[in-house]
Amino acid sequence: MGEIPILKIGDCLLVSIQVDMHDQMALALQDDLTIRIVQTRARGVMIDISALEIVDSFIGRMLNNIAGMSRVLDAVTVVVGMRPAVAITLVELGLTLTGVRTALNVDKGLALIRRIIDDDAGDLRAGRK
Amino acid sequence: MAQTVQTIIPNLIEKHHQSLLDEWQACLKRDGGPSGQTTEAQLTDQSRRFLAELRRGVSGKRFDDLSGREWDSTRSLLDEVAGERAVQGLSPSETAVFVFSLREPLFALLRQELSDVGVLARETWTASLLIDKLGLYAIDSYQKGRESVIRRQQEELLELSTPVIQLWDGVLALPLIGTLDSARTQTVMESLLERIVSSGAEVAIIDITGVPTVDTLVAQHLIKTVSAARLMGADCIISGIRPQIAQTIVHLGLELDVVSKATMADAFALALRRVGKMVTARAQATQGGE
Repeated sequence: MGEIPILKIGDCLLVSIQVDMHDQMALALQDDLTIRIVQTRARGVMIDISALEIVDSFIGRMLNNIAGMSRVLDAVTVVVGMRPAVAITLVELGLTLTGVRTALNVDKGLALIRRIIDDDAGDLRAGRK
Repeated sequence: MAQTVQTIIPNLIEKHHQSLLDEWQACLKRDGGPSGQTTEAQLTDQSRRFLAELRRGVSGKRFDDLSGREWDSTRSLLDEVAGERAVQGLSPSETAVFVFSLREPLFALLRQELSDVGVLARETWTASLLIDKLGLYAIDSYQKGRESVIRRQQEELLELSTPVIQLWDGVLALPLIGTLDSARTQTVMESLLERIVSSGAEVAIIDITGVPTVDTLVAQHLIKTVSAARLMGADCIISGIRPQIAQTIVHLGLELDVVSKATMADAFALALRRVGKMVTARAQATQGGE
């Protein structure tokens, strides 16, 4: 059982999920990530799921949890690289990940985090918290 | 299993095929003459080939079952003829006439060759059964041809009615025309998401000017599409909401939970702001004189 690497880019953390997650791994990731956010005083967390072909309710909840934990530690979470088929499946399941920011790819994700950090007071995306 | 029958029809067709063909072509011309797209040359060619295949078919002397191997080429020819007519938009009866008009010359031939009334009656019955079977087969394959035409048109319509347009760098537009049912929502969503990936768009404008009514189901489909686009990192703006539709949405208590604009122009202006672009008036001509 390998663990998921957490890479630091400036004041962002990049988590790239390449393998199918299971309970133990998800819990370990939440542990590691919260510790790293506190250690590095990161302001943003990017979770890349472009390698995942299947995202079920378990992963969906994990993403929501991570977003919640990061928010408490004053870091924004952006999920990047979701595939169209995965997006359609999640919507059909009723999992719209309302608490999580999304971006098309790592590039746009970084830009989004930068924008949010720079413009902490204002919210660029109207109609959402 | 098919049974072979005692009959002289194969011999007769073999012997008199030229005169049979001539008379049949005359009948064809009279009954269902070359109408519209079917040219006379085509008809002549088809009837000549059909009679040749028929000669091969009847040689097996199995008249009550057309699924046998010796009828293979006859069936494929009928498929071709009927399919062609289905695509050309000819009526089923025009297709059936092609086979049924063979009855008259064939019966005439039998009458001319057979003097015994009992034998004549039996052979006529056999020939009649065969022609009926061939005719029914032709109608069947005509129907199949029509259905495939309809299916293809439906698919084309579905594709046609869900274009995704790139308005600007990072801005897509999705003009919806017609009602939004589950099947269409699926197509719309798929093509929108594919385009978001390929163009890297950040804003998608969904224009519902062409959607005649918005009920709870349509609204749910819209929300699904918006949520899926959001998961891919693109924001949606709904535009083209007509006054009646605005009233309906409120009366039904629908919560779209998305930015909406009355016109596409307003939505486009907002989209440009979102992607950090600006449209300004051109500098005055006096300044442009160097």
